[in-house]
Amino acid sequence: MNMLRRIGAILVKEFLQMRRDRLTLGMIVGVPLMQLCLFGFAINLNPHDLPAAIAIDDPGPFARSIVAALENTSYFQIIDETNSPTAARRLLQEGRVIFVVEIPENFSRDIVRGARPDLLIEADATDPAAGSYALSAFNMLAATALRDDLVGPLAARAQGPPPFNTVSHLLYNPESITQYNIIPGLLAVILTMTMVLMTCLALTRERERGTYENLLAMPASPLEIMVGKIVPNIAIGAVQSAIILLMARYVFHIPMIGSLPLLGGALAIYIVANLAVGYTFSTVAQNQLQAMQMTLFFILPAILLSGFAFPFMGMPAWARWIGEVMPATHFLRIVRGILLKGNGPAEIWPDIWPLGLFTLAAGSLALARFRRTLD
Amino acid sequence: MTLAIDVKGLTKRFGRKTAVDHIDIAVPQGEVWGFLGPNGSGKTTTIRMLCGLLSADDGTGTCLGLDFRTQAEAIKLQVGYMTQKFSFWEDLSIRENLEFVARLYGLPDRRRKVDETLARLGLTDRQRQLAGHLSGGWKQRMALAACTLHDPRLLLLDEPTAGVDPKARRDFWEEIHALSEAGLTVLVSTHYMDEAERCDRIVYILGGRLVARGSVAEVIGQSGLITFEIQGADVRHLAKALQGQPGVDYAGFFGAALHVSGRDRAGLESAMAPYRGRPGLAVHETVPSLEDVFIHLQEKAP
Repeated sequence: MNMLRRIGAILVKEFLQMRRDRLTLGMIVGVPLMQLCLFGFAINLNPHDLPAAIAIDDPGPFARSIVAALENTSYFQIIDETNSPTAARRLLQEGRVIFVVEIPENFSRDIVRGARPDLLIEADATDPAAGSYALSAFNMLAATALRDDLVGPLAARAQGPPPFNTVSHLLYNPESITQYNIIPGLLAVILTMTMVLMTCLALTRERERGTYENLLAMPASPLEIMVGKIVPNIAIGAVQSAIILLMARYVFHIPMIGSLPLLGGALAIYIVANLAVGYTFSTVAQNQLQAMQMTLFFILPAILLSGFAFPFMGMPAWARWIGEVMPATHFLRIVRGILLKGNGPAEIWPDIWPLGLFTLAAGSLALARFRRTLD
Repeated sequence: MTLAIDVKGLTKRFGRKTAVDHIDIAVPQGEVWGFLGPNGSGKTTTIRMLCGLLSADDGTGTCLGLDFRTQAEAIKLQVGYMTQKFSFWEDLSIRENLEFVARLYGLPDRRRKVDETLARLGLTDRQRQLAGHLSGGWKQRMALAACTLHDPRLLLLDEPTAGVDPKARRDFWEEIHALSEAGLTVLVSTHYMDEAERCDRIVYILGGRLVARGSVAEVIGQSGLITFEIQGADVRHLAKALQGQPGVDYAGFFGAALHVSGRDRAGLESAMAPYRGRPGLAVHETVPSLEDVFIHLQEKAP
């Protein structure tokens, strides 16, 4: 009986304390809601409407039917039509499309002649999971795509073997090795995790222990404190990057086609972006527990919506928009692009500037939250 | 006479609460001033404003000849501030803490300066100990070493001796007086009356307002308080009976004796009358103690 009373007393105290900690209360509701929304609505392991470009080098009648048939599969969304395979390939390189379908010269003529021309699809296989269903659908096209066109004198072509062949090329990761996708992505995720958390904890700890007041009373300005506390974390980020990249190279044999200095530059921006986020969090968090929780709230979407764990293109538009805001999404594309595709500055630019913009915004926010005093 | 601190109308509001309400303080250079007042009366807030940790909402004046509102950064270089709660790095050793402070202030000949300061405060033997492993008294010594390392001209000490044993407190005050003799100005907040009595002047604040100022004798004199002391075996039972009687503002113990204070002499005399001449009790008028005065000030506050 006494034991129950004492347990009851502790329960009452725990609930009272829980009620005081608004952030934790928010997390109790917020984290499951966020996870439910992300896993329930955003993540799709059988992605449809994947962006594709089509390069048509044949003026014949069947090209249109192929386009229509592609879209009918619901796996492809043709976002660009060109007659230049080079231009289409560039979209692939920049990651704006996952597929390029090429309708070769004399495609229609060869079908009429019964020469069974090739219909070529090039797929960005850096994320092998993203396009696999779409590729199967593409391979079924041969049998059905032109069924309505092959009438009258061509009816004979509808019989027997399909009127054309489907040929798929998996670019950048021809063997569809999962590690090629995951390991570079880990660089983005691990860095975000440690950089945000370390920075946030480092400053919150000073505040929690009262040493921040002492720092401010001495001739250290908040800017100096921030820089001094952040620089060690940059070093930590550099060490982590080196470990991951060395493991990637020598243990996982990830191809590294592009320029490593370029990757280093992008890494630097990415690390600063995360440090700025960590600093901003630290100006809000009252204690180290809250700092951890805020970091968790930031990292979850960075893992789930960035294209690290699940195909980015398979997510609904709202989730992609959230993803586009986060630095991890852009850095993920940059690191995969440089390592696997050999992208140069021009190709990574579409992801560099959003990353830079984020860094600028997060940095300004961090500076705005600066207090020269304790008020 | 040069004033180390000379501020007027110092005010700080937190939301709708006025923590410090138009306080004027003028501390001459080289003096030790005690800063007294109940918990939450605004002592820490005032000290924080003086050293630039909090921005004042109102008030003008100078600290070490510099405008305390606009030249906080320059003031910080010449002020040593000791926080109420130990605020050095517990995972650094004494020496590492001091070296850090010395680097932050950019002191020339750092190693020698740290050595000297360690020796001055008797910390040399413990310099390798982690600050977190020190007892309260040693922590406070280390903090004093750290905030005097850069030879400040003004020392702001926020309840430096709270929770420290009497011997350590005594040693600490020896050090304060030695520093003061060397020309340092000290403003120290405290709850201990014996410490207040060691100050050149005291300032008493209550609810953010300055209510008394002067030497200990002056503050006692200004209060207009009359105090009777009752000594004897049964004195313990008398406090309740006397409290609330006409003329008695306050009845409380001072050591083993009962102090009965008020400002109305006639009222006090008649309240005392029943006890005069009672066997085993000695009643006589005495000089009010500082504590009597402060409790009186605090009790009559709204």
